[in-house]
Amino acid sequence: MSDTTLDQTAEIPETGVVQTPAQEATAKLKELHPNIVSDDTREGYEGLIVYADSIAEVARTLRDDLGFNYLSSVTGVDYIEEGKLEVVYHLYNISRGGGPVVLKAQVDRDAPVLPSLVPVFPGADYQEREAYDMYGFHFQGHPDLRRILTWDGFNGHPLRKDWKEAFYEEDYKPFGSRWPDGSVFRAEERNPYGKNVKYPPGWVPTGDEYDVETDVYLGLSYSRDATPGLKTDKVTVNLGPQHPSTHGVFRMVVTIDGETIVDLKPVMGYLHRNHEQIGERNTFNMNMPYTDRLDYLSSMSNNLGYAITVEKLFDLSVPERAEWIRILMVELTRICNHLWALGFLLNDLGALQTPMLYYYLERELILDFFEASAGSRMMCNFMRFGGVAYDLPDEVRGTPTMKFLEELIYNRLPRVLEQGDVLMTGNEIVKARAIGVGILSPEDAIAMSAAGPLLRASGVPYDVRRAEPYSYYEYLDFDVAVRYNGDIYDRYLIRIDEMRQSLRILEQVLPHLKRTTGAPVFGEKPQYALRAPRAGEAYGRVENPKGELGYYVTAKRRGGNPERYHVRAPSFINLTTLGPMSRGHKIADVVAILGSIDIVLGEVDR
Amino acid sequence: MTVASTEAANGDIPVPDEVANNVFITNIAKLLDPVYNWSRRNSIWPVTFGLACCAIEMICTASSRYDLARFGMEVFRATPRQADLMIISGTVTKKMVPTIVRLYNQMPEPRYVLSMGACASGGGPFKEGYNVVDGIDKFLPVDVYVPGCPPTPQALINGLIALQEKIDQQSIATAPWYNKKDETAGLYPVPVLGPDLVDLRQLDIIRQEAAKYQAEAVAADTEAEPAAVAG
Repeated sequence: MSDTTLDQTAEIPETGVVQTPAQEATAKLKELHPNIVSDDTREGYEGLIVYADSIAEVARTLRDDLGFNYLSSVTGVDYIEEGKLEVVYHLYNISRGGGPVVLKAQVDRDAPVLPSLVPVFPGADYQEREAYDMYGFHFQGHPDLRRILTWDGFNGHPLRKDWKEAFYEEDYKPFGSRWPDGSVFRAEERNPYGKNVKYPPGWVPTGDEYDVETDVYLGLSYSRDATPGLKTDKVTVNLGPQHPSTHGVFRMVVTIDGETIVDLKPVMGYLHRNHEQIGERNTFNMNMPYTDRLDYLSSMSNNLGYAITVEKLFDLSVPERAEWIRILMVELTRICNHLWALGFLLNDLGALQTPMLYYYLERELILDFFEASAGSRMMCNFMRFGGVAYDLPDEVRGTPTMKFLEELIYNRLPRVLEQGDVLMTGNEIVKARAIGVGILSPEDAIAMSAAGPLLRASGVPYDVRRAEPYSYYEYLDFDVAVRYNGDIYDRYLIRIDEMRQSLRILEQVLPHLKRTTGAPVFGEKPQYALRAPRAGEAYGRVENPKGELGYYVTAKRRGGNPERYHVRAPSFINLTTLGPMSRGHKIADVVAILGSIDIVLGEVDR
Repeated sequence: MTVASTEAANGDIPVPDEVANNVFITNIAKLLDPVYNWSRRNSIWPVTFGLACCAIEMICTASSRYDLARFGMEVFRATPRQADLMIISGTVTKKMVPTIVRLYNQMPEPRYVLSMGACASGGGPFKEGYNVVDGIDKFLPVDVYVPGCPPTPQALINGLIALQEKIDQQSIATAPWYNKKDETAGLYPVPVLGPDLVDLRQLDIIRQEAAKYQAEAVAADTEAEPAAVAG
């Protein structure tokens, strides 16, 4: 495994110093494109500023010549004072691991036009649409540049710094009206409509508002015939947003020929609750409970990702016991999430509810432990910058904590996995429905920026815990689970493998927890009202149960709020693969394919 | 079976003496209400309809540990036409609310709405967001509010018991859905997505605000013009 530091200093180190893959690539890139690539010299920033019109060319060089073939995150940033909009790209080297090569393209705020990366990295598709929706970037060459989280016809681009929402009060929290004096009012009372709405000044309804949805249907393909030589009619069907098998408020617009899928387009944004915009108004600390509500099945891991990112920005260290507690919580969360995912996948395959109920019994035990430690079953809000909120509780539901954990880790959880294996894994119906369906090749998985179990089930052994270790993962002994067929069945199996590996990790964590009993769980002093010690940016990523979860945070010097707060949500980007995987399969298979991707809408829409 | 005195039950209706022992006259609503309410309260079928985080707790409530079947509510129906109760389990966004109102309109009466969690009741932590509806009660009549973020399964069950108590107090004689003269009564207008969410009941206010703005703009123009001439 290669060097794991995120150090991106662009100078070529002296001979004898081992370069990380990212440093090598950065240096080579500057050699190859001396005129269009330059160092980002702003204080606290790293990476390369690329001449915007040449971004696709540089990305192609990185992919083809330098091995950085995985485009992880694309995000817009608004620098209103400089009159510029910026797109930030994080690219990784799948085979060698290590940190990212960060590319930045700056464009004028009034004419934000730059080439699309979709021809080079198909995985950029939804992220560029999101950047268009939120900032108004026009990506030239994007095949389907429509709004993705808001609706067609929405007024303005909400993440631009000069865009104000209906209940706008101030740029930053805490608001003067509420703190320190605390005179609270209801925002509805100050709005003429009594609701959270705002219309463009002077706007009068015309009746055209009803036609906002036609664009979705225009982009669908009707050309392919499922049965060669037979001319058939195609029908367009909407699955969702209210549909029991879409795992929330997700919608798929499907063209079908008989029962065969000709084309499929996901439509999202039905749970878009403005996580990033609210996050840019909050103080750093206020965002922690919001991260719980991203992937609400694995709130502990979301907490960890955000804590790690802010710790990078603030240069905070974490005491040893807090790190072990973090790993304990995160791995239990992974099991929790996979139990849920398997229950629902089997549900979608036709094993209605029964396996689900078996898995949830064990999940409830983990939730009991979370409730005893954090105070809440699901929304844990447990991690802090520089530690965790509380030490482990003395007892869980009347049992001493360590005894409870031992029973859970050595007995209950292995037993339920065993039971599931015996009852479900060899089941003929499961095999018939899952083997060979929804195949994703490793090349496609990488190109479409798939992450987590989806990527690893396609035969790509890439796990952030190994590729760029955080916390104490480099000291722990576990295997990166990998399967090679890339179908639904492998995505089912890999989740069981991962739970077994998580149990292995947990068994190693328990002795450390015993050894460090009583040690502090919080670094230096409590971090309540944090102010950034430096201006700059930080990107942190963790291996969430659903894939790579990244946070991109920028701050001003002495700023108490993030200036830009972006979440690279694995579920959102994994959905890029849904359309290509579903084509040619039957309607019933789409439900199972979606179940095997394992999305959670809180994270897809944010 | 002993029969109550007919005269005590209803003095207005004459009953011949020879059948007096076999006839029992009472108010139909009084007789049927308990039976009707008892059967309804114990078979409330919710719509399978999860919005956000609260839906996970809703599913946990229906699972083995909390077992909603004890209350006759385990039959989650995927179609609103077979359901009695809509559990608004999560953040209601502007993009989603037209669908929710449409679903509600499709439910047969009697129908109930339970607002689960902080977001559905008032916007919750996401209240200020540009795509968030600050409470489903701006669009639908809510019967029970359950606080929490998310409410625990126990809290949800408590809310459902509160709904049962509410049903117990209803009478078919006074229930609004049986004495409807207007066929569109009880249907709520489906909001429309324009530049922002448009509540069709508010069109007049929107036009007034637009007119007010235009009047201001004209006033500003007339003020600006003399200045321009002077400059």
